[in-house]
Amino acid sequence: MLCLGARSPKLSRDEQVLHALNRLTFGPRPGDVEAVRKIGVKKWIDLQLHPERIAKNPELAQRLAPLESLRLSQADTVRTYPNPQMIRAIAAGRQPMPEDPVTRAAVERAIQRFKVKKDATDNRALEPVVPLDQLLTREQIRTLRTGSVEQKRAVIAAIPERQMDNVAIALPPGLRMQLLPAVEPALRRKLMLLTAPQQLVAFDLSEGKLYRAILSNRQLEEQLVDFWYNHFNVFLDKGADRYLVPTYEREAIRPHVLGKFRDLLEATAQSPAMLFFLDNWESVGPDTSPRRGNAQRPARGLNENYARELMELHTLGVDGGYTQEDVTEVARCFTGWTIRPPRQGGDFFYNDRMHDKGKKTVLGVKIPAGGGRDDAEKVLDILSRHPATARFISKKLAQRFVADDPPPKLIDKMAKTFRDKDGDIREVMKTMLTSDEFFSQASYRAKVKTPFEMIVSAVRATGAQVDFAFPLARQIADLGQPLYRKLEPTGYSDANSEWINSAALLARMNFALSLAQNKIPGSRVDTSRFGGNLADVARQLLFTNAQPETLAAIERQPRQTPGSANAPVVGLLLGSPDFQRR
Amino acid sequence: MTTRRLFLKSSGLAIFGIGTAPMWLARAADGSSPRKKVLVAVFQRGAVDGLNVVVPFGEKNYYALRPTIAVPAPKASAESAIDLDGFFGLHPALAPLKPIYDANKLAIVHAVGSPDPTRSHFDAQDYMESGTPGRKSTAGGWLNRALPPATDVRTSPVRAVSLGPSLSKTLRGHNQAVAINNLNQFKVADSDGAAPFESMYSSTLDKMLSGTGQETFDAVKLMQSIQANPYTPAGGATYPGGRLGQSLMQIARLIKADVGLEVAFTDIGGWDTHVNEVGQTPGAGQLAYLLRNFGQALAAFHQDLGDRTEDVAVVTMSEFGRTARENGNRGTDHGHANVMFAFGGAIRGGKVYGEWPGLAPEQLYQNRDLSLTTDFRDVLAELVAKHLGNGNLAGVFPEYTPPKFRGLIGA
Repeated sequence: MLCLGARSPKLSRDEQVLHALNRLTFGPRPGDVEAVRKIGVKKWIDLQLHPERIAKNPELAQRLAPLESLRLSQADTVRTYPNPQMIRAIAAGRQPMPEDPVTRAAVERAIQRFKVKKDATDNRALEPVVPLDQLLTREQIRTLRTGSVEQKRAVIAAIPERQMDNVAIALPPGLRMQLLPAVEPALRRKLMLLTAPQQLVAFDLSEGKLYRAILSNRQLEEQLVDFWYNHFNVFLDKGADRYLVPTYEREAIRPHVLGKFRDLLEATAQSPAMLFFLDNWESVGPDTSPRRGNAQRPARGLNENYARELMELHTLGVDGGYTQEDVTEVARCFTGWTIRPPRQGGDFFYNDRMHDKGKKTVLGVKIPAGGGRDDAEKVLDILSRHPATARFISKKLAQRFVADDPPPKLIDKMAKTFRDKDGDIREVMKTMLTSDEFFSQASYRAKVKTPFEMIVSAVRATGAQVDFAFPLARQIADLGQPLYRKLEPTGYSDANSEWINSAALLARMNFALSLAQNKIPGSRVDTSRFGGNLADVARQLLFTNAQPETLAAIERQPRQTPGSANAPVVGLLLGSPDFQRR
Repeated sequence: MTTRRLFLKSSGLAIFGIGTAPMWLARAADGSSPRKKVLVAVFQRGAVDGLNVVVPFGEKNYYALRPTIAVPAPKASAESAIDLDGFFGLHPALAPLKPIYDANKLAIVHAVGSPDPTRSHFDAQDYMESGTPGRKSTAGGWLNRALPPATDVRTSPVRAVSLGPSLSKTLRGHNQAVAINNLNQFKVADSDGAAPFESMYSSTLDKMLSGTGQETFDAVKLMQSIQANPYTPAGGATYPGGRLGQSLMQIARLIKADVGLEVAFTDIGGWDTHVNEVGQTPGAGQLAYLLRNFGQALAAFHQDLGDRTEDVAVVTMSEFGRTARENGNRGTDHGHANVMFAFGGAIRGGKVYGEWPGLAPEQLYQNRDLSLTTDFRDVLAELVAKHLGNGNLAGVFPEYTPPKFRGLIGA
């Protein structure tokens, strides 16, 4: 925590504005402070709590438009971005060949690779339909390999449209990846599809998350989508979840982030992504009938994974008063909550033949024998309305939005709202964001930015134009927080100590310098927009005065080439201790 | 091999000039400092299934509890356990470790773990990292506290290194510790930025950031000399791909550079095998896949260190074991006691330590898991005391005294 001597416990008006912006958004953009001051902090917070009243940013819609997999159903995702199993099914004639020419080329080449791997004698090189040197001149190919972004763009622009698909198919994979920052989104997708169709979903997710965090006017909503996804974390790279996560975030998380906790909990419990991630789809009661026509398969049984995490991580908290007995009983209640095979859409369904029909006792509540799908619904009722859940959720929200160790009084108030308002998340948020504890000196700048927050806030503070967000996702991973890729169901920690260490600090400094010097492909900062002396530039990026020590350290830096002086200064300010807090 | 003295003279001081070298480095350059003892801790996050790692093939109950996922008793096939002592066998994917065991260098402790009954990954990892099962308020980790008291002038900024993008709890605490993700990239890439950043982070009034910042820049200076020389593992050691192998290779590089490393930590996840732990054959499936990488990485590290293994002890751990019975999905759920490996230093290997509690129904912990007969702190404490030479075990493992040494290292 900052030790700046004795200060009044209350925040000044300016501090309140900056504090609210730092906590409800992914960092202020130029002009945000003035806008909030004009509306008034209280009114602005209330507006953020009602995102439907805030106009959408048209630039965001335009950036999201090409990210098609974010809008597809689960079944269409598998068809559009075939995975190796699907490609094998097409090769064996069990699935039709895709109609889209580029997807078809991607599948054909994957089949060929698959066959080459399988049968070493058939090792014909993968000849493109039309070789690259019949489509482009040697000069053009050389420029694509070694030219500047502008030169590469010029070569691409000169290719006739009817030839473009052939060029994309003929390019070697390494060169395709190099060209990504230089081309328009539509062509970028074709290049990716040809190289790694399956990766396109992960790519869309990262890009979508970044564009929303950078551009959305409904910033609190995006903060909460991030918070609740992390609370109900699903690891993208676990098998089928590569295809299920976009639907999960879109349909289970996003609609409920300011709604009723019970609805959010049920949506995650019934989501194929969660059922797959925590194995409940395979959990079967002990005396259930075996699967028809599958005698060779060993009898399946109870799997406790989801039941345990449901109580420990999603609702009661580890000290919420449940026992191993309760874990087993909850697992029995959830038997039969499963999913259809991916090619049939992979949707949630209740399979009565897998359900344990015996009587159960969960946290002292008796659930009579002979139940079905409702057994698990009863568990969700018990858990979502348990006082331990009200406290656990309130504390976790306060740790994210207020301080690592939030005042117990604040948690009491929030938990009371949670109970009184039947788990209404908007009301709990309102209790927190209008409390004295939120607007206190103890909370002001008490949080260290997570890697995701640090990088997005740097893009926002500099007003950088982002045409290709994926390289930013790589940077976030380097800082220690790969998006959608937290393997443990716990999600990422919000604690300062998690993010401040040597490796992470160096990575932050390196990112800051790279961004300011336009070395991150796809992002452009115009540092000439920052004017005045050093202290002025610092105020424009930090939205408050820099520490004198920070300014002194930059002053001592010998000036290099005049004219480009701003970029290193901007980089140093973004990498400074001042910028690491929110 | 470059000696400590030669290394410091030829590269370290040449870069800084003697006047600007940190005090400890200047002191160390007089060559009086002996090679340091190093303790390396490897954490298998997710709870590895110890019963399928070191297989009690001599126990009939093991096969009764695991009708479809047991590893078969040793026979002349690559799909069966590798016999260790007529009762226990190694999982076949751990074949690279067998020569180390046969050379009496690799010790195994079975039915070992944390006495706390929690089956929460998060809590159990926290307890094992803090070294205080059942106590959540412990702020730092046992390996940080295990560092022997240092004389100020010789304290290296890289005494304690956590490999990876974050500083693991095991290494957090009062003593300086740094996280290094990639040795070669451990620097401010744009050299013009290094001086102002160092100045900012050493003068800021933000205590949390200034502390870490100063540690970082001290370590950065030291890494410059190592980065200047490309690294080739010795003895033909080949590290496998993946995070564990790369982390161990970087630890070996730090050890051989004699820059003052004393404790190191690395981890590898993915062991939470609720489903498809074992595939159609014991050599297939998730566990075999992970163990193959694990065994290759440890064996490569051992090979690479060569005669430096005398100075280095390695110990592995995981938060808890898994159910003795298989579940319905060719996997196992969260359990209790587990297995640990230790090699290097003066460790007396070629033996499976620990009292075997048995797997009969009445012998299981809560009628479902392997019972615990050795506290994990007994193993760690012995290494801390006898290998690192830190006898203040009450400080390292508070509320747990005295630990019961198992004789892993001779008196």
